[in-house]
Parts: sequence; C-alpha cells; structure tokens
Amino acid sequence: MTLIAPPAADAPGMPRRRPGLRLLRVLGQGPLFTAAVVLLAALVLVAALAPVLSPYDPEALDLASSLVGTTGDHLLGTDQSGRDILSRLMHGARTGLLGPLVVVGVSTVLGTVIGMVAAWRGGWVDAVLSRSMDLVFAVPGLLLAIMLVSVAGPGMTAPVVAMAVAYTPYAGRLVRGLARQEKARPYIESYRVQGWSGRAICLRHLLPNIAPTIFAQSAMNFGYALMDLAALSFLGFGVQPPTADWGAMINEGQSAIQQGAMLPALAPSVCIVLAVVAFGIVGEGLADRIAKRER
Amino acid sequence: MTGTERGLVVQGLCKRYGDHAAVDGVSFTLAPGSSLAVVGESGSGKTTTVRMLVGLERPDGGSVRLDGRDRSARPRNRAERLARAREIQMVFQDPYLSLDPRVPVGACVEEVLRLHTRLDAAARRTRVADLLSRVGLGEREAAALPRRLSGGQRQRVAIARALAVEPRVLVLDEAVAALDVSIQAQILDLLATIRREAGIGYLFVTHDLAVVRHIAEQVMVLKAGRVVETGPVDRVLDTPEHPYTRLLLDSVPRRGWDPALVAHSRRAPA
Amino acid sequence: MTERNTPMGAGSPPPAGSPALEIDGLGVRLPDGKAARPILDGIDLRVLPGETVGLVGESGSGKSVACRSVLGLLPAGARTTGAVRIAGRDVLTMSRAELASVRTRQVAMVFQDPRASVNPLRRVGDFLTEGLRAAGTTAAEATARAVELLDAVGIRDAPGALRRRPHEFSGGMLQRVVIAAALAAEPALLVADEPTTALDVTTQAEIIAILTRLRAERGTGLLFVTHDLELASAVCDRVYVMYAGRIVETRGTDELFARPRHPYTAGLLASTPRIEAGAPAPRPIPGRPVSLTEAPPGCAFAARCPHAQPRCREEAPVLARYGDGLAACHRADEGIEP
Repeated sequence: MTLIAPPAADAPGMPRRRPGLRLLRVLGQGPLFTAAVVLLAALVLVAALAPVLSPYDPEALDLASSLVGTTGDHLLGTDQSGRDILSRLMHGARTGLLGPLVVVGVSTVLGTVIGMVAAWRGGWVDAVLSRSMDLVFAVPGLLLAIMLVSVAGPGMTAPVVAMAVAYTPYAGRLVRGLARQEKARPYIESYRVQGWSGRAICLRHLLPNIAPTIFAQSAMNFGYALMDLAALSFLGFGVQPPTADWGAMINEGQSAIQQGAMLPALAPSVCIVLAVVAFGIVGEGLADRIAKRER
Repeated sequence: MTGTERGLVVQGLCKRYGDHAAVDGVSFTLAPGSSLAVVGESGSGKTTTVRMLVGLERPDGGSVRLDGRDRSARPRNRAERLARAREIQMVFQDPYLSLDPRVPVGACVEEVLRLHTRLDAAARRTRVADLLSRVGLGEREAAALPRRLSGGQRQRVAIARALAVEPRVLVLDEAVAALDVSIQAQILDLLATIRREAGIGYLFVTHDLAVVRHIAEQVMVLKAGRVVETGPVDRVLDTPEHPYTRLLLDSVPRRGWDPALVAHSRRAPA
Repeated sequence: MTERNTPMGAGSPPPAGSPALEIDGLGVRLPDGKAARPILDGIDLRVLPGETVGLVGESGSGKSVACRSVLGLLPAGARTTGAVRIAGRDVLTMSRAELASVRTRQVAMVFQDPRASVNPLRRVGDFLTEGLRAAGTTAAEATARAVELLDAVGIRDAPGALRRRPHEFSGGMLQRVVIAAALAAEPALLVADEPTTALDVTTQAEIIAILTRLRAERGTGLLFVTHDLELASAVCDRVYVMYAGRIVETRGTDELFARPRHPYTAGLLASTPRIEAGAPAPRPIPGRPVSLTEAPPGCAFAARCPHAQPRCREEAPVLARYGDGLAACHRADEGIEP
C-alpha cells in the first residue's frame, strides 16, 4: 500500500548487486561460460558417437599390453587388463551422462509438480508436502542408494532411482519457493481475478516464468548427480565391471597407482572434475543471465 | 437482506489473520455506475476488503452481493467462477508487476476474451484493438512486451484488460499511486471518461485524499479494519465528523500547512 | 540564520552565509551507448545554511542522481563534469578517505526506504552511536547523545529504543531513527530523497514536522527531493524543478506556485490533484517524460508543451532570470495563463 516510485528509471546503471556474489557471477560469464558449454557439447557428442569414435572395444581384454603408457596405439594408455583407457572413457561418458540425466529429469519433474502444488494450494497440502520433502531431505542420498542396492542388487537402476528420490526435495524446495513468490505477484493474482483455473494459471503463466531458474538449477544438479553416481560406482554399488564407467574406472585404477601408473585412475578423475565444474559454470551462468534479464 | 438490491452490497465483512482482525465488520453499498473511494492508511484493511470482493481472499464473515447474487462463498464450479469474474474486475497498484512479463500486451487482453467470450479469432482481434484504442494505445503497443512500455502505458493495458469482460464493478487498488503526477492525471482522466461512457461502478482504494475529491462521489474512511466515517465526498472532505477523518485531512500537505499541528493532534487520543 | 553548534571533529565550519551545498554545472553521462542523453546536464544548485530547498521532478528527471551525487554516489561508469562543493570542497575530486569523512561529518542522507539504510541485525543503539564512536566520542557520551537524538525525533522511551532492533519499529518510527542518526554528527547539510514517500500521510506529517523543527533549531541546510509538488510547496523555501536531466525552473516557493514561468512547472501544478473544495480537476500533461534513450533536439519538453513553437524543437533554451528566479523557456517572458 506504499507509494513506490520505480527506482530503475531514475537511477540507471546504479550497481545493485551484493559485492560478495560478484566474483561468483563473473565466473559464470564470458569465455569461461562459452568454454564450459563447448566442453559439455563435446562430451555429449563423444558419448553419443562412442561406438564409432572409440579406437578399441572398451571391454576387450589384452593382458599382453597391460598398463602400457601413452603410445601412438593407446593415446591414454591401457589399464591393468590391457583395455584402452580412451575407449573406456568415451564409453564411460555414456553411463556418466545417462545416469544423471535420468536423475535430474525425474527429480526435476517430480519436484516441480510437488513444489507447485504445495505453493499453489498452501495450507495443509503445503504442510504435508513440505514435511515429506524434509523427511527425504534428511536421509543422505548415498545412504539411500546403498540401502536400495542392498535390496535390489547392484547395477545402475537402484542408484539412479535412489538419487532421483534424493534430489527431488532440492528441486521441490526451490520450485515451492519460486512459485510462492510468483503467486503473490499481481500478474498472477490478476489471472485469478479474471477467472482462470489454478491449473491453467500454473501451467501457462507461473511455470514458464519460473522455468528458466529451475533449468539453471537443474544444470548444476546434473553435475552433482554425476559426481554422486560416480562415487557409488567407485564404491562398487553402481555400474558393475566390466562395463566402462568413470567411477568404477577410478576404483579399478587404484591398484595401478602402486605400480606407478597414474593414468588409469587419473584420466577418469579429470573427466569427472571437468564435467562437474562445467555443469556448475553453465548453471551459474544461466542463473546470472536470468537475474540480469529480470532486473 | 432481501437479495434483490441493485449494485454491490457488502454487509459485515470480516477477515482475521490469527488474533488480528484485518477487516472488522465493514458494510457499504455501491450503486450501479457510481464511484466509492475507500480511504485509509496502511493496516486500515482497505486492500484486504477489496481483495475479498474479487475472491483473492476468503472472508471469515459477512456477505457480498452483486445485484442480489451472493459471492462470498467459494464458487461451486467453473461457470460460477467465470460469471463472478465478469462482474467485478480489478486494476492493481504496480503496473510493473501486474502484467505477465512473457505475454505481449495485445495477447494479454485477447486471452481474457478467449476465456470469457465465444468470439472467433478475427472478432477477438477487432475487439482487442477496440479496447486498446479506448485506453489510448495503438497497434505498436499491442505487439510489445510489457517491459517495452512505460508505467502509464502498462496501467492503460491493465485497465483495457479489466474492461474486456465488461464488468459491472471495477476495483482500482491504488491504481494511480505508483505513477508520476502528469501521468496520474492522464489515467484519472481516462477513468472518468470510461465511467461516463460505460456506466461501470468504481471502488477506488487510495491513501490520497486529494485524488478522492476528483474521482469519487462517495467516500468511506477505514481505520484498523473498521469504517469510521462514510458519506458524500464533498460533505466528508469539507465537514468531516470523525476526528480521524479530520486528522487525515490535516495531514495532506498544501501551502501554508502546519505539520506540527498534525503531529500534535495525532498524539492526542482520537 | 540561527546559531549553529560547532560541527564535530575535523573540518572547519564554513564561514557564515556561504552555501552548505553548491553544485556547479554538474553533468553526469553514462558510458557511450548506454544512454542517448546525459543523465544530468549543467545542474546549478545552491543550499544555504538553514534553508530548505526542494528538488522536484518526475521519474527519469535525474533528481535522485543529482542528490546522490552530493554524497559522491554516482552511477557505475559515469563520467562527470562540473563540481559539487560541500563547505567549499569538491566531492567529485575527493579521495575515498576524504569522501568518507565528508559523509560522516558534513552531509547526511535520508532515503525513501528506512529499512534499506539500517542493518537489520544490529541494535538501533549501535546504529546511532557508530558514527559518533568513529569520531572519537566515548561510549557513555555517545549513548547519552543517542538518547538525546531519539528524544528530539519524538521517540518515547529512548533508552529502551536503543536496545531494540529495526524490525521492532514501524516504517515511520524507523525513519525517525534514520533521521536521528543523520543528525548525530550535526551535519551542515541534510539530503532527504523522498523521505516520506513510503509512509502514511499522518506519519509523513510527523516526519516533516521533525525535519522542519530540527532545521530551524540547528540551522542545517536541507535538500528535499520529492515528486510531490504539494509537499514541496508546504515545506520548501525555494524549489528547483527538473526535467530530462536539466533544471527548467527555480524560484522562491510562493512565486513558483503563484506564477510559474516554465510550462512544465505550470503543467505539473495543473496535474496535481488538489484537495480544496471546488479545486479544478487535475489536468494531465499529454505524452510521457523523456526516457534516457531519447535525446530530442531543442527543448526536451517541447513535445508535451501546449505553448511550443517551431523554435522550441530546434534550439534548447538556457536558464535565464525571470522574476525572482530562473527559467529555461523561450517564452518565459510572456507568462503563462493559469
């Protein structure tokens, strides 16, 4: 009920951001952002074309050339079983990306539905949904995955399902917060006064306006999910040998370190770090762009 | 409570938030085509009152009727919800927040027609152009996103959108408060013209008594959720009966104004 | 001019009669490509000790930028010309340290939203005494002074108020606290940017009463920025009217309201709703204010001006003396029919 003169018109270009965030924001802009996007695009391409691009069968054992260093034949060398590391990395990118894709896809859709319903309905519906999310939130994702694996047996499915469940409250809380904020905006209220149904307003107006922020968060979550799934594989709960997977490769490569061969463990580690950082930069950069547009 | 009165009849409207009574037994009548100013300071319950009329808040007590039809209970179905929306529309305070940032303003008016009428696409386009030109906007503005428009232009869009359903009553919640004075006068002018031509009743919520003089015939002064004074604008502004109305009037800055006097009388219990 | 207390700390008091604030030909430009015209163009403005000067304009007029420049706050990347002198020294050329000292000792600012200017986590007492403590006052003295200041702005139970936090105050009460803090260092100049816009009318009256009383008692110069002409007419001795980054008219309040010389001033007066019985309906000014992306040749107001002639669209008028003040209009000497 106050009189608020629009400040933007009278004070153009006034710096308004908190300085503490600036460093983080700058990282998400410019060449670094572009580099991250290019890296991720290349990763997707390699994963898609792995059967064509990879020089060797990733699972072909060749004990004669065990732990060969970088040579013309094996650009990144071989592991203890003589499998070509580059080929294994390329194929590993497939499980490496597919797992997080399912995790983030499922958790984002679930979280968005739960978050929007909670925000829109409010009252007891909100209370029930929010407390349920808190409950899931309190269980560590890795623990959930390990419990599920112990019931369902090893393989990709159990960890991915567990992670999807574990990530849902993250997306749900974010969406609930965004939707509550948006719901209170006069433009949403004016749709209510016009007589639109809650579902129509949510799907046609509320969701599209918060979708960019959800998407940016999903990009960041993608990186985290990739890391969590790799950790599970590393611990032996995820992808089972001999299937190529970055996390499992690090595990297998551990013993080679004692024999002086760093590459079998190092190469997949670098891949994980690069992918996670790239997803982080892209997510942060997208969030920044959205914030800029909304100013 | 015969249920056959014409116009908007509000009786004993109440809204509580926890222990706090935001609106406490507000009653008034708005005759068809007339204009009632709802005046008060923040916390007076003026905005909560009108939000209950348009269904944005659910009243805890009291009744709201338009031409005898009750609208205080939750609408039972889609048809009833739409019928109510066609009766009372609302223009919000902040033109920077009251339009969907993703929807061009022409489409924003058109979607209301799509929801409420059976016009075909061509007829809708003509009607959108009509509505926009009535508020002084042309084709170029119709194609623009809200952020390309000034505050005054956006408020015109909000008015056109509200008029699209040909409501009986238009609620204007501080609708000119966020605008520059020169633009505010344009919008007041436009609102006066529309009321003259369309015979829509206005509920004009404002904190600005000077505006009241020029937009309304009746005024209702609210304080802490209750009506303290109500009557014709000229009578209330020229010879206020309630001390609080007098205090509000004395608070309006003008030449030769003595704010210290106001400060003094505010401290004296009203 | 009323008797003045000696200002705290360093910095000699300006000689009596010399302006508390002197803005000379201030121009502010955004980096190329960001705006078609300067945000501010050739602003001249003076505030004498004990004087209340109004700076009136609509959004985009540059009034807020002008008043922020007094504290050396400028838009990012902006280039400036001219000078903003406080006690004879130009804030635009000052070092950070000097600027900080000017801000704590000579100029204080009150913004529209009191909640934006206080740290929500700290007690009001800390907020009030930090400036004094920084200037070397002992804790006990600073507290005594803070109580005195809160009394002066009409807060009851001042010692209790010192222990409370900002969220325990209403907007009006918090604005009083901000004003008390602004006055703590006994500044020679108080800049108030829409200090009552976010407040209720009755609260506005109280805040204005406090500002005018304190100004009279302490001889502080007051630069009062507002979009509300009626409010300016009620509190100011002199008023500057801004449009599109320039001052278009300035004169004593009574003459400005009785006989405006610039059509924009006249238009603003006519468009302001008046509460008096029988007051004419507000008459709108057609069109809208010039945005930063437009740079009309000639007079920026010509497109909206009912008195414009072809000359007005080609040649920008300069501020010249008419009556007891200045106006920037080619036809100012003809007078405007009220």
